[in-house]
Parts: sequence; C-alpha cells; structure tokens
Amino acid sequence: MLEKTGIPIDDDLKKVIPDKKRLAKGPVVIIECFQKIPCDPCAISCKFGAIKPFKDINDLPQVDFNKCTGCGICISACPGLAIFVIDKNYSEKESLVKLPYEMLPLPEKGKEVYALDRAGKIVSKAKVVRVQKIKNKTNIISISVPKNMAMKVRSIKVEDKNQ
Amino acid sequence: MRETDIAIIGGGPAGLSAAIYAASLGAKITLIDDGLELGGQLIKQTHKFFGSEAQFAGIRGIEIAKKLIQEIERCKNIELITNATVTGYYEDEVITIIQGADGNIMKKLKAQRIIVATGASENMLPFINNDLPGVYGAGAVQTLMNLYGVVPGNNVLMVGAGNIGLIVSYQLLQAGIKVEAIVEALPKIGGYLVHASKIRRLGVPIYTSHSLKEVYGTDWVEKAVISKVNKNFEFIPETEKELEVDTICLAVGLSPLSDLLWQAGCQMKYIVELGGYVALRDDHMKSSLDNIYIAGDVAGIEEASSAMLEGKIAGLNAAVSLGYRVDNFLELNINLRKELKELRANPLSEKVKIGLEKALIKREVD
Amino acid sequence: MRIKEHPILEFNPGKKVKFTLDEIEMEGYEGEPIASALVAAGVKVLSRSIKYHRPRGFFCAIGKCSSCLMKVNGIPNVRTCVTKLEEGMKIETQKGKGDFN
Repeated sequence: MLEKTGIPIDDDLKKVIPDKKRLAKGPVVIIECFQKIPCDPCAISCKFGAIKPFKDINDLPQVDFNKCTGCGICISACPGLAIFVIDKNYSEKESLVKLPYEMLPLPEKGKEVYALDRAGKIVSKAKVVRVQKIKNKTNIISISVPKNMAMKVRSIKVEDKNQ
Repeated sequence: MRETDIAIIGGGPAGLSAAIYAASLGAKITLIDDGLELGGQLIKQTHKFFGSEAQFAGIRGIEIAKKLIQEIERCKNIELITNATVTGYYEDEVITIIQGADGNIMKKLKAQRIIVATGASENMLPFINNDLPGVYGAGAVQTLMNLYGVVPGNNVLMVGAGNIGLIVSYQLLQAGIKVEAIVEALPKIGGYLVHASKIRRLGVPIYTSHSLKEVYGTDWVEKAVISKVNKNFEFIPETEKELEVDTICLAVGLSPLSDLLWQAGCQMKYIVELGGYVALRDDHMKSSLDNIYIAGDVAGIEEASSAMLEGKIAGLNAAVSLGYRVDNFLELNINLRKELKELRANPLSEKVKIGLEKALIKREVD
Repeated sequence: MRIKEHPILEFNPGKKVKFTLDEIEMEGYEGEPIASALVAAGVKVLSRSIKYHRPRGFFCAIGKCSSCLMKVNGIPNVRTCVTKLEEGMKIETQKGKGDFN
C-alpha cells in the first residue's frame, strides 16, 4: 500500500515503533524509513550509537531504543524528513511529538496549530511547545497532542496571518 | 585556434566534478555550458541529498553546487565558456561553439579529449491541449521558482510520481503554491517513498494508475481532466475527474541529450533502462572513440550523486590518458567504482544496473 | 507574482529595470531571463504558433523548445528564457516566423 499511496500502514509502522515499555520510559525516536535507498546521515548524526552504523549504505536504519535519548539530532539530519521523536507520557493527558518542518510560516511557541496525520488530514489541535531553528533549515517543531494521537500526528498546519 | 587538453561539455554535477578532478591532475580544462548560470539542475535543488558523506549526503543541492562552482573558480587551469552551445564535432578534434543569446559569437576549440556531460531533456506527454500556456516541464517550474523567485502558477497538477515529480511538488509547497494532486500512470510510486510521504502529510493526494487526459482553456490552462488507466496505460472510461488547476507540471521522465555523441560517431545503443540512446562506454567512462568520454545523465538517466561520481571517473581517466600523473591511479579508479556500485546496490537501481550492463564495453584489466 | 519568502532560499535579484512588452511598460530585475520577468508580471502567452496561432507559454526554460521566441530590440526569434533582461529592452510578441521590420 505504501508504494501506491505514500502512506505507511500499521504493518509498516509496527516494524519501527518501540514497545510499550520503552515508549512509557520517555522520548524515543521513530524512523519511518521503509525503503532501501543509498542514505546514511541518520546513523552518522547519532552521538549515542542508538542508530546502528550501516554495513551497506542502502541498509534500513536499525535503532537500539535503549540507547536512544530522544535528543532529536537525527530529525534534521535525515534527508527524507522521515524521523520523529515521541514522548508518550509528556503530561498526564498529552504526548509530545517532535517533527521536522521546512515550511513557512514557522509556528510560534505557545500557539495552537492544527495537527495533521500521515495523509495530511486534520486530526486534532496541537500546542507548540518548542521551535528549534536548525542551521541546515530543517527546523524541529515540538507539539503536544492528546495521547491517542501520538502515533497518528506527523505534520502541522499553521494559519498564515498574511492570507 | 584555441587549444585545450580536455573540453568538458556541460556544467552540471557531472561536468563540474569531471573538471575539478581532471584539473587537480594538472590538465588544462575548458568547460562549456549553455545555461545563464553554471551548475545545471543542481542549482535548483533545495532538498538535502541522499548518499553518504563522500557524496555530500544531507547537504542541499544548491549548497553542493556552490561548493563545486567555488572550487572551479579557484582552479587556474579551468577556462569557462558559459551561455554557449557546442554545435558540432569535427574529425580533426575541433568543436565549434556558439556563444551568446543571439548566437553571434563563434569559437573553435581543438581539444585532445572531450568529456560529454550534456545531461538530459525532459520528455513530453501526449494529451489534448498539451501546448497551452500553463503546461510546463518540471525543470522550468524549478527554474522560475528556485532561481528567480517567480511563481509559475497558483494551482498545480503534477504529472509523474518519480523523484522529480515528488521533489518539485514539495518545492511548490515550500514556495507557498497549492499542489492539487499528483498523478502517476504506473501502479506504484516510482520515486523515493520518503519524498512521497512528506508531501502526503502536507495533504497532497497521489493518484497511482492515473494519467492526465486533457486540459481545457482558451489562452491558458483553466481545467484538467485526469482519468484512471489500465495496465496498458489506456484510459478507463467513466473514471474521469475534473481538477481546477491553472498549471500542469510534467515530470514524465528524461532522455539523454546525446546529439553530439551521435555526430561524433560514437557507438550508440537504445537502452530503455537508461532512458533512450546512449553511447557505449568502458568502466573508465570512455566511449567507443578513444578521445571521447561521457558522464552523468547523457550516459544513462540516474541521480546527481551518481553523475558526480561518473564525472570524477571520466575526469581522472581522461587526464591520465593524456599523460598527467597521479600516484595511486589504480586505487582511485577502484574506489570511485566501488562508491558507484554501493550507490546502486538497492532495489530501485535494479533497472539502471541492467541498462548499464548492456552499455558496457569490456576493457582489458588495468 | 514573485515568492515573498522562502523557507530555504534567499533571492538576491539584480536592480529593478523597466522594459516594454508591446509598448506597455513593465518592471523586472536586471539579469533574470526576459521570460521570467514576463511570467512574474502575469504574462502567460509569450508567442503564437505559426500556422494555427495557438498560444504558447513558458515551457522548458533551457532554450530548447522555442515556445518563448519573441522579438527583442528588433531581433526576432530570441529565446527569451535564456536571454538576460536589460534596462529599456523593447520586447514584442512575434507574429509568424519573425522578420526584421
């Protein structure tokens, strides 16, 4: 299905999502990269050895979730914008989703934005917790969403005041 | 008459890499490019490149272009002839060059070796009213948006979900332009799925097994009709859907720009996996003629990363064939070929690899 | 229309220059292709086909398709997508194959 639609399905996702125990522990990376292509910046960027070094440049990323600190440095390193960090228990009712963002306008910290799923559909509202401007221009946006949305929300829509 | 060691035709990723490599061995290089600016398609690529560190992975195409052009400008033994078209190759190793927009400057150049890195041209698609203004090649949309900051249209239908179609759709969104949909005649997305996913989550639908049937409009595009296609790419009746768009962007493949190689008399072969007619070559990127080398899309449609590597191989071997020396020549060749092989060691490159096998002239071992 | 702001790119256009299209004054940036200045100014039809006078617009941007041939400063068949805009240029929509009158 992914090859027809560009949207990964549960069978794809279960290969890259850590188990419940790890998710409960704190922020952790989810790499939604399902196709062998020649690309290794994620493994090179990881300072904790959590993304294992590639034997072949076409390997799929392999994550040691126990080593991952959820730092998110790989988010902006990934050329495919396929990396997210999820903090499932960010608060009692909310999870935190860190995602790569290369669009304008940038959201503002503290403001509300729409949260989009993998098909670009608005699925909930989200609060912007942090906006990290990164030198390579793949900025990282942290948003808080209802817990049941943590594995669905993968993008945001910002209302453009100028429009 | 002007003379040079190596004339390199085309200043895209392959030509620039060839020039830098050959110049580093001491060869005198003349680099000829037909664009208003050097860099070919690289100067329009706003996305981060794949590959490994050696191939500038994680760096945006525009930044890679900057690095290469800066290096070219630093090399005293590279002469640039820009906004110029090579119009012919003659048996006494002379090429003719027409320069300037009105073409009223003509130059002749005698070169001992020629590296043809002319790239590719975009394929056209037959549909009703495909000549209306508002129908653009994807390269033209990139030029307008990313080089000159001009908005090509307000509502775009992208035709083709290969890497170019996907990348340009994303670039349109970055420029604040609406992409109504992407249609792809094949049953599967041809480009990298990470590119597809990142535009999907911004709300752009991708319709596989669909193609563009017709556009309407008096003086420009006002509407498009897409339709489902069957396995033989025939439109399926009563599956039409109208889209309110003013812009059609065609990303339906590339064909090698091999005219000059034909004219020079290189052995040519139609290889569908490489996008059309290409020159046969050995693993030094030398054509069937001893003085002509090839690199990049003209040698077979691929990515810029592989074009840069082919350019390095062609540059290295053309320079060494003229007597320029480098200590670890054999090792360099082996390593560059290894890098290329690694880049192509994935399922998406299977087709290209079949094509390259058909295009290879077996050379006696080094 | 021009892109106002871009998340990745910074545009450094040349100085603003005036030119005319069929005697109507327009503005563009020095050094950009003539055709790009025209598209930015909202001009979609750059030429007409010779036989059926069908409209032709910006298509290839690399001087290969002939869709943007126009008369520039009296010279016909100029590829406006690869010709730089200069101050005071006189651009004309060309009719037919083009002549020097």
